[in-house]
Amino acid sequence: MAQVSSLDYFNISELLSEDEVMIQRATREFVDHEVLPVISKHHRDATFPTELIPKMAELGFLGSSLPTEYGCAGLNNVAYGLLMQELERGDSGIRSFCSVQGALVMYPIFQFGSDEQKKKWLPQLASGKKIGCFGLTEPDFGSNPGGMKTRARKKGNDWILSGAKMWITNGSMADVAVVWAKDDDGVIRGFLVEKGMKGFSAPEMTRKFSLRASVTSELVFHDVVVPESNRLPKAEGISSPLKCLTQARYGIAWGALGAAIACYETALSYAKSRIQFDKPIAGFQLIQEKLVWMLTEITKGQLLALQLGRLKDQNKAKFTHVSMGKMNNVRIAREITHLAREILGANGILDEYPVIRHMMNIESVYTYEGTNEMHTLILGADITGIEAYR
Amino acid sequence: MSRGDRFLLDLSPEGGDEKNMKIGVLLKQVPDTATKVKIVNDAIDESEVKWVINPYDEYAVEAALRLKEKAGGGEVVIVTAGPARAVETMRQVLAMGADRGIRIDTAGLTLDPYTTAVMLAAACKDEQFNIIFAGKQAVDDDCAQVHIGVAEFLQIPHVSPIEKFELNADLTQAVVERPVSGGVKEVIEVKLPAVFGCEKGLNEPRYASLPGIMKAKSKPMKELSGRDLLQGKTPLLAQSQYALPPEGRKGKMISGTAHEAAKELVRLLREEAKVV
Repeated sequence: MAQVSSLDYFNISELLSEDEVMIQRATREFVDHEVLPVISKHHRDATFPTELIPKMAELGFLGSSLPTEYGCAGLNNVAYGLLMQELERGDSGIRSFCSVQGALVMYPIFQFGSDEQKKKWLPQLASGKKIGCFGLTEPDFGSNPGGMKTRARKKGNDWILSGAKMWITNGSMADVAVVWAKDDDGVIRGFLVEKGMKGFSAPEMTRKFSLRASVTSELVFHDVVVPESNRLPKAEGISSPLKCLTQARYGIAWGALGAAIACYETALSYAKSRIQFDKPIAGFQLIQEKLVWMLTEITKGQLLALQLGRLKDQNKAKFTHVSMGKMNNVRIAREITHLAREILGANGILDEYPVIRHMMNIESVYTYEGTNEMHTLILGADITGIEAYR
Repeated sequence: MSRGDRFLLDLSPEGGDEKNMKIGVLLKQVPDTATKVKIVNDAIDESEVKWVINPYDEYAVEAALRLKEKAGGGEVVIVTAGPARAVETMRQVLAMGADRGIRIDTAGLTLDPYTTAVMLAAACKDEQFNIIFAGKQAVDDDCAQVHIGVAEFLQIPHVSPIEKFELNADLTQAVVERPVSGGVKEVIEVKLPAVFGCEKGLNEPRYASLPGIMKAKSKPMKELSGRDLLQGKTPLLAQSQYALPPEGRKGKMISGTAHEAAKELVRLLREEAKVV
């Protein structure tokens, strides 16, 4: 039986199909050869590795779980998850790019778009010829997106968009933005706002200490005229963007494991070779305890993510399941990045090792796509029937 | 008449059809080069071995895929002699874009380069390939004999290793570059059909794409019996025993200035190593 080429203490390979294993292995190989050699420099320079876009597109990484008729790979949820894990083992910024393009741009066009919109956008987005972003969060509305201020007023056969979005991954490099705005009746609707539309700008947010190899932007709409043909006809209400987020959060439940695995593997190999008091520090009980905790939490996270994927493939996954996956796996990944940093001692702060980069990245992942706190309260509401966050 | 015309497809412009170029690739599954070899009961313990495509074979696969793409049609067929686990490696090559696979089952057989070449040649003969690519050697036993044996038994030419490959316009002849010692390159014209052993640098092998991986599982895979193909032929080589190389001797660092170190080195060579 084929084995994954990644950390697999509980032999989850045995629970995977042959093509799922092949996808994990192929992606890890890609990350080893194409992402890891360039990522530190991009992180230092705070640039997104755009040179990887055509390569990732050609290999089918963009919108990989959408059907083949749009030029996509048609992966099941588990294979898609393994792809996200391996990409984030490279860098959360690379995984974020693919998450946004696939789950937050192509997915809503596929799910809520007209046939014309699907035909026009999906193949171009799959091939990386066009880049997309997703505009929901606003400066004053993060955990409570339903309160958004961005407005879409109907004027003849057009819509006039005004307002601003913030913390938008891929924003400044995007050719198309999936933008959520309230109409005159207060109903949230989705629009495809294209680069170059008058009154639309996407200034990049700089000076980040996290996700430095990823573009984060504001989206500003100054009475932008958007034709009715650019409205997503099947999207209506806050549940539409939340459905997209459920897709993306599912990928993060796997992706966070990738960052955790990168840090665990680095810490383990460092601990075995770093000599203090005439023996490898891996031989000290306090180091072993940290390593074992990391391994155990990653293994539990893998089993959680895998069953989440299987449920999702059977259409049995509830959004609360996805919340638990995102909440748990990002939380443990965050602690694992810190423990790895501790094990590496002073070397842990150098970008010669991937640890500090992952540690800073995961701070964003912990907060975006539903904060750890919101996912906790979503689960709290599910089991008690009482919403604690309102 | 070229020797290969005896049984392989006619590739002349009148008789050949470039769209039907049939390309064979000899593929071997080998242990990952990072594998730590263990010997148990005078045999290599395979229980913890991770298996991969022989790295040189990846260049062969890429050369075959590029040739098919350039010709605008045809078929890339991979031929492997190996046990059931080799299917996994073959699927990876199908995911890269090869069209189908033939596995010669070797379960229960004791083989050497000669018998392996006999089996592969027999399978290739039935396929009537226009051209065959292989890695210049496999990184497990490093024999570098099998593909040459295949060419010999098919009675067609071979060139190995090659660093450059081009096909002439009427697809009857290849022009290849073969490195020889001292940085000199031989440029060789070869009439097809022929076997080529591929060297690192010939091309950059592609990654398997996700759609390619999804398609791979439905591509045809044929199994042949190695025993049948051997027709009673037996190995010319016998393995008498396995031994790991001796543990590397510990080096000794000599410190101090160049002058002191040189003095110490001479002293050690004279007094400890007793070589000067």
